[in-house]
Amino acid sequence: MTVAVFFGCTFIAFGPAVALFVFTIARDPLRVIFLIAGAFFWLVSLLLSSLVWFITVQISNKNSATQQTGLLIFGVVLSVLLQEAFRYGYYRLLKKANEGLLALSQEDTMPISIRQLAYVSGLGFGFMSGAFSVVNILSDSLGPGTVGIHGDPQHYFISSAFMTLAIILLHMFWGVVFFESCERQRWWALGAVVISHLVVSCVTFVNPHYQGSLIPTYIILSIMAAWAYLCAGGSLRNLKLCLTCKDKDFLLANHRPR
Amino acid sequence: MRLLQLWAFGFCHLLFMNTSDSEEDSYNERSALVQCESPTIPSYNQDHDMSLPQETDTKRRRPVSSGLDEPGPVERERASTPDGEEEELTLKYGAKHVIMLFIPVTLCMVVVVATIKSVSFYTEKTSQRLIYTPFEEDPNSVGQRLLNSLLNTMVMISVIVVMTIILVVLYKYRCYKFIHGWLILSSLMLLFWFSFMYLGEVFKTYNVAMDYPTLVMIIWNFGVVGMICIHWKGPLRLQQAYLIVISALMALIFIKYLPEWSAWVILGAISIYDLIAVLCPKGPLRMLVETAQERNEPIFPALIYSSAMVWMVGMADSSNPDSADERQRNEGGALAQEGVESEDDATQGGRRRYSAEEDLEEDRGVKLGLGDFIFYSVLVGKAATTGGDWNTTLACFVAILIGLCLTLLLLAIFKKALPALPISITFGLVFYFSTDNLVRPFMDSLAAHQYYI
Repeated sequence: MTVAVFFGCTFIAFGPAVALFVFTIARDPLRVIFLIAGAFFWLVSLLLSSLVWFITVQISNKNSATQQTGLLIFGVVLSVLLQEAFRYGYYRLLKKANEGLLALSQEDTMPISIRQLAYVSGLGFGFMSGAFSVVNILSDSLGPGTVGIHGDPQHYFISSAFMTLAIILLHMFWGVVFFESCERQRWWALGAVVISHLVVSCVTFVNPHYQGSLIPTYIILSIMAAWAYLCAGGSLRNLKLCLTCKDKDFLLANHRPR
Repeated sequence: MRLLQLWAFGFCHLLFMNTSDSEEDSYNERSALVQCESPTIPSYNQDHDMSLPQETDTKRRRPVSSGLDEPGPVERERASTPDGEEEELTLKYGAKHVIMLFIPVTLCMVVVVATIKSVSFYTEKTSQRLIYTPFEEDPNSVGQRLLNSLLNTMVMISVIVVMTIILVVLYKYRCYKFIHGWLILSSLMLLFWFSFMYLGEVFKTYNVAMDYPTLVMIIWNFGVVGMICIHWKGPLRLQQAYLIVISALMALIFIKYLPEWSAWVILGAISIYDLIAVLCPKGPLRMLVETAQERNEPIFPALIYSSAMVWMVGMADSSNPDSADERQRNEGGALAQEGVESEDDATQGGRRRYSAEEDLEEDRGVKLGLGDFIFYSVLVGKAATTGGDWNTTLACFVAILIGLCLTLLLLAIFKKALPALPISITFGLVFYFSTDNLVRPFMDSLAAHQYYI
């Protein structure tokens, strides 16, 4: 507990995402706006799914624990499906806005490409999802207490932090793959994204057994990372050039006069 | 207004003394600037004339927030460039303006939420009430409580309406000195008394031992520099920081002294009032704007947060065309302690700053009334007051930012002063109540089982 755990878990959960934000998004106001709009869309999807869950809970038997757990599982699945639906809705909105802008400007270039929008909106979804999952837990970790004193799992905080990290990055990769598959009309890819999201959420149902949930999640994370990298136009060759500092941008940057 | 600017540009090299730039560099740049300026001045003024109707800010009485100044002039000045580039630049500048407002609004909310979560003084329920919400809320009877909060709201809104009308009347009959005095008194109260109270509570919370001489020194310096920055001249960033701080202080006072249900009803009522006052032809704020336009005067540059941008390479600051006499102040605000009536005050200080670049690009920045800052922060602060739930606070924060974004979008489309409260406050209220009642139990159950969605 206390400050060390708080800072540790915060940095684990949000470190990479905040780094991505600071280095790639913070400089461009348009991207920041689309990030916040993405967060807003995720929030609306959460609201709708909570509404449905709340209604089902009210009309159900509050005393039966199994029924409540069942309803919660239903809530999770519904929420995942709604999130993906809202991701699709955001995609349509962005396409319309871009088309409108393109028509107005009569230019070929848009100020922000659909791929950048995919990345930014995915990260927006991720930020909001991660924040809602973990911020209350983090604020509790600041205070006094002993984790697991009643026999609950002792690694609650750190496993939450790692899970949140995975979810945020996954949302970003899902965003990229989703938009790309919508652009190319590859509906199987869309289905794969939705199914992988469902798998990641359902795998958390085994949760105090963290090896059962964290490991598959991270495997899916690496697969999605590779897939998103390929969708964004990367390839092994690009990677090699980048890592050995031989890519075009780096070379151009080095020749720029001081 | 046009003459004022010509004069200002001519004398701008004298004004750099007031800025915090290195004198030598800016002097050279500025004198060079003055020469380059001359050919551009006619077009600048022509654009300025066209944009004058939009450039006006709407009044803010503290509680009433106001309008936004549009980023509009930007579009006009670009008439010479091809359309496509113009649209793209418009979009980029529009986005830049949105971010220029996101940052101060976020900072104000962060200050308020941080204070609420750490200093318990502002969340302690007290029997003291503002004189403007005289009806006590009885927690036992729901109907009575609702009725009392509605009555409180009516009292508060009528006070605000009366104050706004008095202000418009004073402005119409040119009683500028009175308005000035009123505003200076309110900012004095905010900068000295409220910050003293705030500092005292922070010291109590963190158990810091402080002696009076040090405290007097700190408060004196803080207050005097604040008065100078807000009402006279000062570095832009410092002025913006002071405006954010006084908005946060005022929001904290509201959070403490407004009763629970009354606060929510007042938030709703004030956004409706803002809508009416700014958009209806006979609304007081609109009349104020029109009067100022007739007189060709800058409307109430005080009480507005202005985020002017400077586009000059190597120049860090801009000329300051306003002279103190031309500035008009607004006030508003209410505070009472233990039934003692005190003046309404709202401090808003602001000043318009702008500069012109050699290639005709000029960005006057975008302005937002301090009342808007205050009410956004009140909403988020009240959301933070409820227990330990951060999700509600986050949801309200995102909702308000999106509302602000939409308002600025509308501003770019309609190009006239718009009320900034309605959309954001509506979203904020909707998200507050739905997150608190629907999302919170859902997320709590998920967290208890460690399920992730």
